[in-house]
Amino acid sequence: MSLDRRNFIKTLGVAGVTLAVGKSTVASVTKGTNIEFYGMLYDSTRCVGCQTCENVCAEVHGLPAPEGTPKVGVVRKTDEKHRTVVNSYKTSKGDLFVKKQCMHCNEPACAAACLTQAMHKTKEGPVIWRGNKCMGCRYCMVSCPFDMPKFEYHSPNPKIEKCTMCYERIKEGGKPACAENCPAEAITFGKRRDLIKEARKRICEKPDQYSDQIYGERETGGTGFIYQAPVPYNELGFNTHLQNSSYPALSKGFLYSVPSIFVLVPPILLGIHEATKDNHIKEGEENE
Amino acid sequence: MSNKVLTPFNLISVPIMLLGLILIVIRFWKGIGAITNLTQDVPWGLWIGFDVVTGVAFAGGAYVLTFMVYILNMHKYHSIVRITVLNGFLAYVFYAGALLLDLGRPWNVINPIIGNNFGTSSVLFLVAWHFLLYMLAQLIEFSPAVAEWLGAKRARKILSGMTIGAVIFGITLSMLHQSGLGALYMMAKDKIHPLWYNEFIPILFFVSSIFAGLSMVIFEGSISHKVFYNQTSENTLKANDDIVHGLSKVCAGAMFAYFFLQFLVFIHGQHWDLLNTPYGYWYLLEMLGFVLLPMLLFFYSYRRRNLLLIKVASIMTIIGVILNRLNVTVIGFKTDMDVRYVPSWMEIVVTLAVIFTEIWIFRWVVRRMPVLRESPSWVKEQ
Ligand code: SF4
Ligand code: SF4
Repeated sequence: MSLDRRNFIKTLGVAGVTLAVGKSTVASVTKGTNIEFYGMLYDSTRCVGCQTCENVCAEVHGLPAPEGTPKVGVVRKTDEKHRTVVNSYKTSKGDLFVKKQCMHCNEPACAAACLTQAMHKTKEGPVIWRGNKCMGCRYCMVSCPFDMPKFEYHSPNPKIEKCTMCYERIKEGGKPACAENCPAEAITFGKRRDLIKEARKRICEKPDQYSDQIYGERETGGTGFIYQAPVPYNELGFNTHLQNSSYPALSKGFLYSVPSIFVLVPPILLGIHEATKDNHIKEGEENE
Repeated sequence: MSNKVLTPFNLISVPIMLLGLILIVIRFWKGIGAITNLTQDVPWGLWIGFDVVTGVAFAGGAYVLTFMVYILNMHKYHSIVRITVLNGFLAYVFYAGALLLDLGRPWNVINPIIGNNFGTSSVLFLVAWHFLLYMLAQLIEFSPAVAEWLGAKRARKILSGMTIGAVIFGITLSMLHQSGLGALYMMAKDKIHPLWYNEFIPILFFVSSIFAGLSMVIFEGSISHKVFYNQTSENTLKANDDIVHGLSKVCAGAMFAYFFLQFLVFIHGQHWDLLNTPYGYWYLLEMLGFVLLPMLLFFYSYRRRNLLLIKVASIMTIIGVILNRLNVTVIGFKTDMDVRYVPSWMEIVVTLAVIFTEIWIFRWVVRRMPVLRESPSWVKEQ
């Protein structure tokens, strides 16, 4: 075997392909938090725990009615049949309600994880799931820092379930069902930037009623669903140890190294192969 | 041997394979939850953590050996290349195949290949493609043996001409997906116990795949030379001791690098306080008992040329790699849950069924093709 031209070109071809892949990896990363995504602002001081959001969500998406009611000491979780839940927590400022659902991250780990882009951050902001692409590998579930995608373990044709921010309704100019029907106006739908302004305004107007922090403003690089509350968020069952930078960035280092390995390693290997060929001759072996 | 049907291996493996088949039918009929203990919080269990992540690490012997034989031209190891590549190839077919059982919507498995869509920002996308391409590369590497079996002289000539290309491509792919299996877990930052999560998992997975693969080669070699004694060429048997000594040197070196790296990562992570907890003891057991100790054994035994000790060291290393992969993927995953994931007996049976099926196919091939025995004489003339 000599370093013939065909092999060399083959190697180059491979390198080229992966380089191209590498480039689109770079391009597919949504940058910055200033894109005009839609989002929702939830104010826990307004929520009365009536579960209207849970009920309309189930109705609109054809899911079974909610089970149980918010009770202190009981943490209900979203699952493959319930896209949102309201829980009650005992806090330093009395009992408070909190609604939980997918956070519609600005840079969603689930979408970066998905090898078919079935999990997809739409340009409007909602993160949606597309059944015709999904292969059910559940890598989105492994990666989501909020554990929001849920899987139908007991179906031969399982779906991934999670809040979609009622993407269909938004596309038709509507609002998410929960935001539209909340009797206490605890859920506001709008452009994320405006929501953050609104939240800041409320904090300025009633500084002793609100915590300074808006949960989701920075967490995981910013989320579409953001929270206001009177107490530190760990009292409300939030993970306050999440990093403020993007989760997809965690595997970027590895992905970026792929093209360079593909360009550098094969020629080096070929070079070593050529350089050590004499070993064969010395040993008097003939080989392929 | 081939005329005896009621061997202990057959008596154990056949019922398990049948039971596994029934369980697989149930799984496709009633859903994954019907036979596994997976939950919404622990979506990947034994089938991914052991079958895929651990299985592929052990299949790493193929790329290391092809590197030594075809790239470094260390001809001494040539006689075991074929069996190792065969083993590696079947491991990928079956363990990556086991992935299909774990996919909820397997009919969509071709989507990332046909571009519906190319999820290029996904590590799993890379790993899936690499599995596919690497299987192809290994098939090419092994194909001369098939051609020799069929007596296809022209085909053999063409196929063996492709070997070096396949080897180079295969090694590159292996470097990337062995580390890629670790990179899969990078975004699970808050879910994996801090003693096992760090940004160096990809490199650690790559380095450990070197000695994981070679320990498996040593271990399997010691079994298959007994089982297939009459298949094995004299040359192979003669060279065997020398080969095993050589491999144990490589293992020792790679393990030294790995242990040193783990040590640096630990210092860097500043988790001293975690050592004095149950998970800390478990971590120390893995690092000291199943990395440091077998490493020292490898060093000691190749100096003394002690074959038995080398075998012991390789088995301990194998246990250590299983421990490490499971600690990252299952045992150290979501340690704060009230109800921990423990695989169901059915998951274990399916895993065993997959392994046994692989061994059956392996045996079928070894008995027919020139894997352990010499190539037919016409090959020399080519
Ligand atoms: S909360 Fe989880 S599922 Fe929702 S967008 Fe973020 S990463 Fe995706
Ligand atoms: S389960 Fe579906 S949506 Fe989730 S990562 Fe896999 S293919 Fe994507």
